[in-house]
Amino acid sequence: MNTIGTPRRRVDARAKVTGQTRFADDLMLPRMLHCKLLRSTVPHARIVRVDATRAQRRPGVHLVLTGDDFPIPYGILPVSQDEHALARGRVRFVGDPVAAVIARDELTAFEALDLIDVEYEPLRTFASPEESLAHDEPRIHDYGDRGNIHKLVSLSFGDVDAAFAASDRVFDDVFFYQGNTHLPIEQHAAVAARDPDGKLTLWSSTQTPHYVHRALARALDIPPAQVRVVATPNGGGFGGKSDPFNHEIVVAKAALVLDRPVKICLTREEVFYCHRGRHPVVMRLRTGVRNDGTITGMHVQTLLDGGAYGSYGVASTFYTGALQTVTYHIPAYAFQGCRVFTNKPPCGPKRGHGTPQTRFGQEIQLDKIAEALKLDPADLRLRIVERPDTLTANYLRVGTIGLAECIRRVTTASDWGTRFRRLPAGRGIGLACSSYLSGAGLPIYWNDMPHSGVQLKLDRSGGVTAFCGATEIGQGSDDVLVGCVAEVLGIDPSDVRAVTGDTDLTPVDLGSYSSRVTLMMGNAAIQAAERARDLLADAVSRKLGVPTDRLVFAGRRVFDTENADAGVAFAEAVQLAEAAFGTIGTVGSYTPPRSAARFKGGGVGPSPTYSYSAAVVEVEIDPATGWIRVPKVWIAHDIGRALNPTLVRGQVEGSVYMAIGEALMEEQTFRRLRPRLSDALVHKFPSMLEYKSPTTLDMPEVWTELVEHPDPNGPFGAKEVGQGPLLPVMPAVANAVYDAIGVRIDEVPITPEKILKALDAKSAGRPARYGPAAFPAIDWPEALQVPPPWEGGDGRAHPSPDRPLASRHVPATEAVRR
Amino acid sequence: MMRLPEFRFVAPRSIEEAVDTLASHPPGEAMIVAGGTDLLPNMKRRQQTPRTLVGLARIAALRAVANGDAATAGVTLGAGLTLTDIVRDRHIAEHYTALWQAASQVATPHLRNMGTLGGNICLDTRCNYYDQNYEWRKAIDFCMKRDDRAVDRGATQVCWVATSSPRCLAVSSTDTAPALMSLGAEVTLASAAGKRRLPLDDLYRNDGIHYLTRRPDELVTEVRLPPRIGWRSTYWKLRRRGSFDFPVLSVAAAVRTGADGAVEDARIVLGAVASRPIVAAAASASLVGGPLDDDAIARAAELAAQPARPMDNTDFTLVWRKRVTRAYVTSALRELRGDRMARAAQVVR
Amino acid sequence: MTHVHVALTVNGEPTEVAFAPYKTLLEVLREDLNLCGTKHGCELGECGACAVLLDGTPVLSCLVLGVACDGAAVTTVEGLARDGRLHPLQDTFADLGAAQCGYCTPGFLVTAKALLDEHPQPTREQIKEALSGNLCRCTGYQQIFEAVEAAIGRTSQAQGHRS
Repeated sequence: MNTIGTPRRRVDARAKVTGQTRFADDLMLPRMLHCKLLRSTVPHARIVRVDATRAQRRPGVHLVLTGDDFPIPYGILPVSQDEHALARGRVRFVGDPVAAVIARDELTAFEALDLIDVEYEPLRTFASPEESLAHDEPRIHDYGDRGNIHKLVSLSFGDVDAAFAASDRVFDDVFFYQGNTHLPIEQHAAVAARDPDGKLTLWSSTQTPHYVHRALARALDIPPAQVRVVATPNGGGFGGKSDPFNHEIVVAKAALVLDRPVKICLTREEVFYCHRGRHPVVMRLRTGVRNDGTITGMHVQTLLDGGAYGSYGVASTFYTGALQTVTYHIPAYAFQGCRVFTNKPPCGPKRGHGTPQTRFGQEIQLDKIAEALKLDPADLRLRIVERPDTLTANYLRVGTIGLAECIRRVTTASDWGTRFRRLPAGRGIGLACSSYLSGAGLPIYWNDMPHSGVQLKLDRSGGVTAFCGATEIGQGSDDVLVGCVAEVLGIDPSDVRAVTGDTDLTPVDLGSYSSRVTLMMGNAAIQAAERARDLLADAVSRKLGVPTDRLVFAGRRVFDTENADAGVAFAEAVQLAEAAFGTIGTVGSYTPPRSAARFKGGGVGPSPTYSYSAAVVEVEIDPATGWIRVPKVWIAHDIGRALNPTLVRGQVEGSVYMAIGEALMEEQTFRRLRPRLSDALVHKFPSMLEYKSPTTLDMPEVWTELVEHPDPNGPFGAKEVGQGPLLPVMPAVANAVYDAIGVRIDEVPITPEKILKALDAKSAGRPARYGPAAFPAIDWPEALQVPPPWEGGDGRAHPSPDRPLASRHVPATEAVRR
Repeated sequence: MMRLPEFRFVAPRSIEEAVDTLASHPPGEAMIVAGGTDLLPNMKRRQQTPRTLVGLARIAALRAVANGDAATAGVTLGAGLTLTDIVRDRHIAEHYTALWQAASQVATPHLRNMGTLGGNICLDTRCNYYDQNYEWRKAIDFCMKRDDRAVDRGATQVCWVATSSPRCLAVSSTDTAPALMSLGAEVTLASAAGKRRLPLDDLYRNDGIHYLTRRPDELVTEVRLPPRIGWRSTYWKLRRRGSFDFPVLSVAAAVRTGADGAVEDARIVLGAVASRPIVAAAASASLVGGPLDDDAIARAAELAAQPARPMDNTDFTLVWRKRVTRAYVTSALRELRGDRMARAAQVVR
Repeated sequence: MTHVHVALTVNGEPTEVAFAPYKTLLEVLREDLNLCGTKHGCELGECGACAVLLDGTPVLSCLVLGVACDGAAVTTVEGLARDGRLHPLQDTFADLGAAQCGYCTPGFLVTAKALLDEHPQPTREQIKEALSGNLCRCTGYQQIFEAVEAAIGRTSQAQGHRS
């Protein structure tokens, strides 16, 4: 290996440090106009009238668009086509786009917004999931499972009640995970223009150009072949730029109508309204264990506050119950999830998509179990770690699993054995683990085509161009693409040019989400490069008279492994191949292995391989104020193989950073004014000042170690790293708080106020805890019964679900054990 | 991108020229911009839309420092000094520690390079219901701390923080003012009609809208600090993060102790608990005559916390901020006594 | 509204520019001088993405009035490389993973340059403090600190210019 595994400067680094990377808002086209959106100032209302006459008359205004211009709905999931580029007849949250002004400059467009008169007829405001559960009418959407419930899920894998009955102890805990948002430093921006030939091009800071391409064609009712979407490098995404957005469709429409380029760049406030961030989740976890810590069964219930639109919400709902089984062995498992609509910006996929919430509860509960069973939390986890090459109760295929080694590495590095439960008062350490997908096993829309494609063009100069639809969002996907191609062909990364994220020029890659790009694009790139290598080897073999299996590609040469002097330069190899076979271009593609799950909902959770992480977090707490500080985090990540260790470490540390923010201070919360006086429901602080992103002075020191045992499904053995390392940090903080001061904070963010309240409760003799009291009562549907593999199941649901899941109706008061 | 509204810009070269410009405009039509870090965000959010901006950057006289003999004369600081200028002044760090600490904890290094002492003293009061974009404020039908356009539309004249409150409860968020008040500072205001000097205490009113006694045609030109031989002072700031954030509570404390260790004079000032910095007079007085022992500190902390009225319009909950007030006064006084105090919530520069 | 005309020095080059008088330095740089290397994340002074050096001092260009810049010397990320060679900070940021998405990078780079110009041997604490007005959502800052440290000592040999 020459390129792979070596820390090196990423291929796009020079552009980034010189300020030459062209982000969407950096595009300036001749005759370009500017767009601003008028957004709803009411949380839930019928639109009686939109009168744009005054705005249209304003000098400098070229066009005003309203919901009438956008009759066709769209949405990221085929089952949730519930958005319109501009509201038609109904607004559902403060920030919902109602009209658009396109003008000669941004100031003129902004000032013209105030000249649009909108008359609203207010509807009931749904500020919380409890309100949405309590009132079926008015419905925020006219689809969904019931009233204002968007999605209800109930799955059962084995007999959990029997498992509980056979347990020594059953632990029953309720947790709350507050919502938070991605906060990329780059605000979403898009530019649309007609090409000289009349086709439409949209440049956008999107993580998913392929899905935007589909949505644009659909929502504007134009043939997809007439639309080109170019994903500009994203100035951070984290999941927040994974949906097709209103503003993209609006500028595209405007560019078509006006036949001039139209740009929009959202303000920071608008980015908070786009949201699609972490769902607030209330969850209840019941876990049966034997006295040795072995888990007998687990029952997870989640309630997601979805906000005003579907977004990825159906998938998010499943994800809150999908990955519990891949870390520890759970013989019987049941999951019930419920997502409701509320009048707030829509939630969606943020780094870890749906899984950090339940992982938070699961890992704290394990800490409680260890405490109750008088087991060391690290020993307990090592005892129950899932075995490699296992099909879990819910039919997820665990292949390689480096979790035990991750645990051993962080406990050794943090001196866990001598410090846990032994640090001075106010200081503590906590441990937690996690797992994440290396790409989802299924695409967003049902199809049998590859998830990622790569085309290579080999130039007779020795230069190679790699084309792929993957999107560079900062994670380093261009570097992975180039690195894989260079490694296979034995050339330098600087010999390879990446052309990515362009629906006209590059083969489809589904997008930068679900930690899928390295694995899927990487495998496609390797296949394409190997096919090219085979052509070159054939030609060189003829020239040198050496069998192809003796040829080595390295150091920009192709040579005989038994006689290194006998060889040709790489460029000459291309020339020989081109002479022999014609123009040299190859393709590679990747389709994930078929999932073992055959039941409805089984599409969420399968992955070609899972990454694993373990983290130890140290905290310091001032008992007088509850102030919490995190001085250090130790984290080990099962990466399979690090393709570029510099980038991998950056993903781990960046995940820890975002996790520290979620654990301690970040929250997307809302202010409901007194209902007697106002219907208002507003984002509490849609600004970078009041949404608290940790600064250089708040970031702990991070000790990172990579566990590298190549995974057969990964490119050169690589697994994901962009999301997984975030997951263990939040519960590890909570567990460290308990170690430090003996109180449980069963929700995030873990703030000084909550710590002090828990300390107060402790000194008053009440349960030393801060967190939700109970899981709300939800009328769950009949559970889909799927017998686990060890009960002879084949991945299908039981034909007649005659065995009801016990505790279908959970009384609200029964939920908390302590 | 958020855009400024249109305005006319004038850049006078002298204080006289500046105050004449202010005098020639109807009240409210012209506003002063020094560092721009407070006014320009407000203008982008359309909270203020002055027709004329009077830029002070070219007035050299506003950036003067007069260091007299520390024993007798004190120091005079031009209002146009940047906060970074204050932080780099060794004399201030040594003799006026609270001010130095306060200045060094304002916002971020970039904003301290821009923001001025005068600007920080005159910082607009802040509130989570007010420091929002125009459309957001429209969504709550505006509030008492109104802007011109809200008045046109007959918006609600209510303070959403406490709907029965007769006055606006926006929070005084200046770091330097509590520190300066604890050090006995005076300010000089210049206008076309002449100059006046007043204790900094008298510059403020406990009203989120009319929080300054400065007239619109007046300019803060300098801050005078009396000699502080024998005093020790400190500034404790509560905020979520190590930078960027405004204080949600601050405690400035200055104490002069005699040779016997007894407190001869003390001044405790709280920031960010009302619409103006609050002098904790009873707490300060309670310290005089005795040593800074644990009992005296506990008593003073209790007394100091009493006038603190944090409201639900900043970061953190009000109950907790009130409680931390006691802890912070205790910590500040213990530090002045000579205890080594870990400043968990803040970074000392 | 009539444009204003301002003469200033940008990245060492005398520059004249006419623009709408309400514009901030950020807007003038990006829209009227086509220097899009300077970014923006909030335009309210809450993120640090728009940092530039004004007469050698890091400031937030989103809160500097364009009309107030007559006669000023501005350094942006485009002005860091000299004579076709990257500034040592640009090299170390590129080599050590300090730029992921690259969006906050220009603000970090100019701020770090001002730090090294003033304190050629900063401690880790001084680096954290100097960069505490720049938010990064990608890196967790650690590789940024390491990149600044790696540039220590290389600045004076390689360039050492002040602007």
